[in-house]
Parts: sequence; structure tokens; C-alpha cells
Amino acid sequence: MCGIVGLFLKKDELHPRLGDLLTTMLVTMTDRGPDSAGIAIYSNEEGGLKITLQSEAPDEDFEGLGEALSEALGIQAALKQVDTHAVLTVPETARSEALAFLEERGLRVMGVGASMEIYKEVGLPVDVAARFGLRDMGGTHGIGHTRMATESAVTTLGAHPFSTADDQCLVHNGSLSNHNQMRRKLAKKGVLTKTENDTEVGAAYISSRIADGADLGEALKGTLEDLDGFFTFVTGTRNGFGVVRDPIACKPAVMAETDDYVAFASEYRAFADLPGIETARVWEPEPATVYFWER
Amino acid sequence: MTVLDAANLSLRDLNQTLQAAAKTRSNEAFEILNPRGSHAVAVGLDGPVTVTIKGSTGYYCAGMNKEASVTVEGSAGPGTAENMMSGVVTIEGDASQYAGATGHGGLLNIKGNASSRCGISMKGIDIVVHGNIGHMSAFMAQKGNLVVLGDAGDALGDSLYEARLFVRGEVKSLGADCVEKEMRPEHLSLLEDLLARAGADASPAEFRRYGSARKLYNFNIDHAGEY
Repeated sequence: MCGIVGLFLKKDELHPRLGDLLTTMLVTMTDRGPDSAGIAIYSNEEGGLKITLQSEAPDEDFEGLGEALSEALGIQAALKQVDTHAVLTVPETARSEALAFLEERGLRVMGVGASMEIYKEVGLPVDVAARFGLRDMGGTHGIGHTRMATESAVTTLGAHPFSTADDQCLVHNGSLSNHNQMRRKLAKKGVLTKTENDTEVGAAYISSRIADGADLGEALKGTLEDLDGFFTFVTGTRNGFGVVRDPIACKPAVMAETDDYVAFASEYRAFADLPGIETARVWEPEPATVYFWER
Repeated sequence: MTVLDAANLSLRDLNQTLQAAAKTRSNEAFEILNPRGSHAVAVGLDGPVTVTIKGSTGYYCAGMNKEASVTVEGSAGPGTAENMMSGVVTIEGDASQYAGATGHGGLLNIKGNASSRCGISMKGIDIVVHGNIGHMSAFMAQKGNLVVLGDAGDALGDSLYEARLFVRGEVKSLGADCVEKEMRPEHLSLLEDLLARAGADASPAEFRRYGSARKLYNFNIDHAGEY
């Protein structure tokens, strides 16, 4: 069991409230997944590439990192530390050099993108949200996950969302049974995963399909053919999010839409505090059917 | 009418109040405010009371219901009216997966749609769904009646025993050993009664009946080589 939430805001004036609304949804899903929590938040782009980093010794690792990177590459890099995470903003053109520099220092890259930032840690969702100040974050859309681990250890890297390509990430309720086989197939193509987690393989599968030219809808449809197991997936992209459930659909999912937002959750109670939920259109996504909302 | 606000009461206190009233066979009426999708609201009621829930509920609402009348003025989460014995459970909105699972008796009246596995392993309950139902509904259903005014998803009535299934709309596919059967006068009158009790505006003549072909009941010697 895990909990998933997603919120896509249709109106600009709601953007400052994204973190607050999404955090309430996330915390409500605590009893579905009390061991770790994570969120991917997409905000208006201010230019540059955002690299979300995580460290076991953040104060040590992040101290002077922005300056060191700027100096080494001759660029302007800005660093914003948020608890164990930091978001490093670099020019798009310095992408590969910056990543190589960070890898050399042994830093963990949680995600890269023009719009996406990822925050995830072990602990109760309410504590994880407080550590990162998630409630104060604005943005256009975001997805979140509360984890009850089944397929890999309870670690920061085992928490969701998993990002395997720029501005793409995945959260998952369920368990994949052919992830080792798929991991080997992807590795043969040169797509490498960092953990033993099944969901990371799902994320890598989707981003590999997109890299091969599929659109998001085709990539999500492909999960129905190529991934075996139980899944309700929510995938975040630069422009929105997509939802797909396996054909058996035993993992719960519910959606709500008003003029202001589209919301996804494992259970209706995550919607209870959303504005106007009383009159929202609420429905259950069909099995083996791809849904997505993009701006 | 007693109003209970779930915002100020623990779920245990709320359910104990309802269960105590049911035990005294008081026929008392309750209104539950702010259910906020909570799990297991109004479960285990063992006697005649009337409960109206003003909003949507989560998992297992009105489970194990006996004699009570429970209405959800919203949508209901998975396992609504699971293992119901008697009484009436009405869902004004949609019901999530496995509504009415293993139900022994009473009427589950779903005004919206029901998703997958509706009436799975039902054992005597009557279920009327005014909208559509999802896949694998009435899987291994043993007894009772499932009436669907809309469409049914894949594998309806898979491995069915003696439950009767009536569908007005399209059936996407029938499960193993489920077949269409003749609608005889006794089925039309049964259906007329069920539709009237559920307040459904539909004519029995518009429905088709599905039931078990009873071919899985006994071992077939021709299949011996497959084991």
C-alpha cells in the first residue's frame, strides 16, 4: 500500500497555494504510507536548469558548492539549500559539465529540469513536509507520494518520486513483478537505474520510450503491455501530469475536477480540503486507460 | 433526528453511538456531517436505525449492515456494504470497487456507477446499479440479484454460481461459464419488484438476463489430460 496525490492548477492566481494544497493532500495519505514521503513540484520557469541534489551531510556538502561550480565551469550557478536537499540553478548549456562535476563530488542528483524540483525523505509525511517547507512552495502542478515499502529498502533513494529524465518523474502505488527483467533490457539500451526499486524501472521505461520518440500517451500505454504487476502510476511532466492504472486496477484511484484544478488521489479523503470539492466532478479513472492534463 | 458531526467525534465514538442505537431497535434517525471520505463509517449496525451521511465516504462504509437503512449523499469508497446481511444501503453518487462484496442479503442501491468487482462473491444480496459497472463484476457470485441499468465491463459473472444478473445496456464481455439466459415471466416480475424498490425508472422488458452455464460445477473428464 502507498498513497499518491497529484494537483494540476488551471488558474494562475492559485499557483502560490500549490504547496499548501498538495501538502494537505499528502499528509492525509499518511496511513497508506508512513515510512517516507516525496513531492515533485513544477513551478514557472525563470530560465536555467534546476538540479535537485540530496546529501547525507548537507551543510558540509552544500557549503560553497555554488561558488565552486561557478568557478570550475566559468558559469553563474545559484544554490538554494532546503534541509537535506539543494536546488542548483545553472545555464542549460552547462548541463552535462555540471552533472559530471556533481557526480565527481559524490552528490546524489534527485532530478533535473527547467521546471521540476524534487524533495523526498524517510519519515512521516507531516515531518518531511515541514523539513522542506513544502507548504510555502508555489507552482503550476505537482505530484506526491507516501510510501509503504515493499520492493526495496526504506531509504531516501527508495522514496518516490523517481526522476529518470529532465522534468519527468513517476510515483507509483503497487508493485512490479518483471522489474529485474525490464531493468536488464533497459541496461542493454544504455538506460541505467540507480536503485533496486521497481518504480524506478517504471520511470526509466517511460522516459526511455519518450526518448525513442513516443509521446507521453504512447509511453504510458506501453506500460500496460511491457510492465507486469500492479500499478497506479502518476507521471509528472513539464506541462502537466498523466495517470494510468493496470488492467486489474486493484490499486485505488480517484480524480476530481473543477474550473480551478484537476486533482488525483488514492482516496477521496485527500480531496476533503480542496476548495469547491463539494461541487467538483469526482470519478474513478478506468483501468488500462491513459489520462493526462497539460497546459 | 440526531445530528453527529464527524469533525468533532472519533470514528469509534461515532460508530459506537450508531451501533448502540441499532441494538435498542430504536428506529432512530441519524445525520452524519463531515464524513470527509473517512473509512468504515456506519459499519456493523445490527438493528433498525436510519443513517444519512451528508457527503462522501471512504473504504467499507456500512459494512456488515443488518436491518439498518444507510444513505450516502455522495460517493462511496471501496468495499461499500461489504458482507451486508439485510437492510438497505443507498449510495447517491458512485461506488468504488467491490461494492456489496460477499453480501448475504438486503438491498444495495447505487444511484451512480459502480467500478470493478461489484458484487464479487455475493451470497444473497440484491444490488441495483443505476449507472454502469466495471470489470469482473459478480465474480463467483453465489446467490442474489445484480441489476444494472447501464453497461457492464469485461468478464461479467466469471465463474458464476446461482446469482442472477440483469443488464439493460451493453456487456463488454462475459466471464468464464457466464451465459445469456431466457427471461421468463418469474424473472420479469422479480425485476419489476427490484426496480420499484430501488426507485429505478426502467422497464423489466429492456433487460437481458445472464446466469451460470453450470459447466464448471463438475470435473470434465475430457480435460483430465490438461492436469
